[in-house]
Amino acid sequence: MRKFVLTALSVFVVASLILSGCATPTPQTIIQTVEVPKEVKVVETKEVVVEKEVQVTPVPPKSYPRNETLYVSGAAWGPVSTWNPYQPGSLANATGIIGNVYELLFVYDPLSDKMTPWLAEEGTWSDPNTYEVTLRSGLTWSDGQPLTAADVKFTFELGQKYAAMWFANMWRYLTGVEAVDDTHVVFTFNDPLYQEFENNLYNIPIVPEHLWKDRAEEEITVGANEKPVGSGAYMYETHAEDRNVWVRNENWWGIDMFGKPAPKYIVDIRTSSNNVALGMVVKGELDMSNNFLPGVAELANKDYVQTYYAQAPYMLSANTAVLFLNTTKAPMNDAAFRRALAFAIDTPSIVNVAYAQLVAPASPTGLLPTLGKYVDEDQVARLGFTFDTAKAKQLLAAAGYRDTDGDGFVEAPDGSKIELRVTCPTGWTDWMAAIDIISTSAQAAGINIKDETPDYGAWNTELQGGTFDMTLNNWANMSNTPWTLYNLLFNHPIKEQMQSGNFGRYENQEMFDLVDALARVPMSDEAGMIEATSKIQELMLTEMPMIPLWYNGLWSQFSTAAWTGWPSEEASSPTLPTTWSGYWQLGGLNTLINLKPVTP
Amino acid sequence: MGRYLGRKILIYGLTFFLAVTIDWLIPRFMPGDPVTNMLARVSVNSDAAAVMYDYYSHIFGLDVPVWQQYINFWVSLFHGDLGKSAYLFPTPVVQVLLRAVPYDLFLLLPSILLSWYAGNHFGAFAARSKWLDSTASPISYILTATPYMWLGILLAWFFGIVLDAFPVAGAYSFSLRPDWSWVFILDVLHHWFLPFVSLFLVGFGGWAIGMRNMIIYELEADYSRYLEALGAPRKLIRKYAFRNGLLPQITGLALQLGVVVAGALVTEVVFSYPGIGYLLLAGIQNQDYFLIQGCFLFIITGVLLANFAIDLIYVVVDPRTRLGLMGETA
Repeated sequence: MRKFVLTALSVFVVASLILSGCATPTPQTIIQTVEVPKEVKVVETKEVVVEKEVQVTPVPPKSYPRNETLYVSGAAWGPVSTWNPYQPGSLANATGIIGNVYELLFVYDPLSDKMTPWLAEEGTWSDPNTYEVTLRSGLTWSDGQPLTAADVKFTFELGQKYAAMWFANMWRYLTGVEAVDDTHVVFTFNDPLYQEFENNLYNIPIVPEHLWKDRAEEEITVGANEKPVGSGAYMYETHAEDRNVWVRNENWWGIDMFGKPAPKYIVDIRTSSNNVALGMVVKGELDMSNNFLPGVAELANKDYVQTYYAQAPYMLSANTAVLFLNTTKAPMNDAAFRRALAFAIDTPSIVNVAYAQLVAPASPTGLLPTLGKYVDEDQVARLGFTFDTAKAKQLLAAAGYRDTDGDGFVEAPDGSKIELRVTCPTGWTDWMAAIDIISTSAQAAGINIKDETPDYGAWNTELQGGTFDMTLNNWANMSNTPWTLYNLLFNHPIKEQMQSGNFGRYENQEMFDLVDALARVPMSDEAGMIEATSKIQELMLTEMPMIPLWYNGLWSQFSTAAWTGWPSEEASSPTLPTTWSGYWQLGGLNTLINLKPVTP
Repeated sequence: MGRYLGRKILIYGLTFFLAVTIDWLIPRFMPGDPVTNMLARVSVNSDAAAVMYDYYSHIFGLDVPVWQQYINFWVSLFHGDLGKSAYLFPTPVVQVLLRAVPYDLFLLLPSILLSWYAGNHFGAFAARSKWLDSTASPISYILTATPYMWLGILLAWFFGIVLDAFPVAGAYSFSLRPDWSWVFILDVLHHWFLPFVSLFLVGFGGWAIGMRNMIIYELEADYSRYLEALGAPRKLIRKYAFRNGLLPQITGLALQLGVVVAGALVTEVVFSYPGIGYLLLAGIQNQDYFLIQGCFLFIITGVLLANFAIDLIYVVVDPRTRLGLMGETA
């Protein structure tokens, strides 16, 4: 028996040794073996050039040629598990499913602040309660079927049928969607929220009715939608534990209109840690990394990687990091205290030390630079805040916060001690460094704040359940309207669980009315929007229910080893260099159209 | 023998029940819940958010009382249904695990078995020579005390970045599609090598030290001295010592094989290698009850099966156990 065990073992060992012997070929041998099928293939393609257009289902290649393949990472944080464009919570969404596979009526370019008609040719308000969309003619799904007004109607009506769709809420004010003919859709409203609706125009992906109409509710709301059929420039190729591959749709309707995206294949890589992404981008194996890589400024200065700006802040601003204050707890329920705290926080150090200049300090209004025209500079000059410890101390004293027991920290006006916690999820190293600076600088002003880093789950529970003292959050993306930010900051009505904003439960009907009023301003009425936003800013800066601190970057570093033509501030019409979910419809596809292979 | 087996099976069954119950309980003691995490970032107004929360709670079966969730859990477990993963929604957990397990087996089985085999022989060999013992043992100690992660990063840096001889991420090139070609197979092995070496080296050190100590101990034992006094050749004595020294090593091996599916978490993270270790970490970070349960279920089953296997193997390899059984049945 013992002999048998040993024999079995040694057979295995020998087998493994042979395998491990195979495992040590030098890279050269591998490259050589790759090259052989490549040469063969060149001959093949030469021979079948005539047939190429007839071929409907191309045979999948065994390997992707480097000069036709774009390798990206930073969007996927887990093995891709769903291609459902309506799946909320973008953890395991396939990046590009919205925008590159399922398309939108419009796309919005935040850099030029322009809505570009996409599937739509144009959209107009024929009267305040009627919106008419004309679709482009000749739109097709990747299975060859035409994309018509019926598909648009079907898509929007999913929200009416199923309460679990994220845009179901739109049907509070949307009363009907009619397909007049193949290219005309009419939306009718009752008291429309223009800002929300026009934001949805570039966020609701249109799906094919002929493939979706027979699906059961659960299949539509939470189904994985494997092998998706969309109308966009890319189609599903394959996926594995650590990647999702898209292949270009050679028959895409938009090629004549917008141009052909340069990469034939997009390989979206799930890296397990940022270090892996960093190693790969420096080696030129990864063309674009949208991971947050601390210290990338150093690498950009030495030309190992390229970034959007050649100098600080290197990255575009993607969203605003806001310090939410729990206004249901003392002393955060006191506007004077909140304002004093705003002056106490050392944002310059967060920008320069915690981020090593990869980010920019935020406007006190919290509005992104792309929405700069809505910032009321007079209000900011009058009511804004800057880092000023002395001023913070003075404001605290004026509001009755004094150090009565001599421990170096102020007590509340009623004499009770103040001990607060500022939190962020553990492992988010940039935010951990930031809250450390927040607590240190607040302590210098006499406010006793300690930083804590709970698990993500625990942090999320505190955030949404409203049991935190103060915490960081940045859940409002780049947008065509300031309403998106205010929908996060002043989400209402206040519920027991606040899932999508106003985590500090700031309850002020005046503010809610102002935000609702903004939502009702037509997008074409820019003066009206500026006026409505200005009122919100004034109340926000006076009350300071939360404190905008800095702009988180649109983390993006790219390699010019295989592709050039990356977006940069010097480009004539730059686009967003990102693969993050929710950003493709902000013109991300144009980035791909502008790319050029180094070796054609 | 029958009674022995019966008793063992009963004990293992009971252990399984308790372990799985704890496995079910622990994620639910963690603060937070999967639905909250899943729906974070959905920017809708709070009324709509509440509707979605209820909808997803229902999908996960979290909208019924806890005791009923527990019963439902056992019922579906016996149907082979471990629920849907929240982190990799809507993939069923069973499918997630089946996709990941082959990578673990491929990486860990060879590294554990080979390091066991090589480590034991090397340890026995080292115990023989004073010179080798005084040089090899410290190296083994250093190896076994090395954190996998550190060794992994070191290997990735030196062979991956400096020498550029091995890839540092993935299970196969991102430019390849899986098929049964030599290009692909060689590529898989090329990616597999560094993670394998990092696991092999650390394991090798541990087994070598264990065996070396066992041999020295066995050579001092009475039976060795008796054999020596009888004038038996040294080779024979060593052979006996090796056999005796192997017993605890077999236990160790079985236990390692039991946790095989979860054993390489850090290695998988360092080399971006797919497998259960990485999933387990992600599952915990995302409060994914179902994925955590599934991963631990694999580990529990693995450990119990391995232990059961040792009980059986011992009957074969250790005559003392066999004699004890006979005494029991007599």
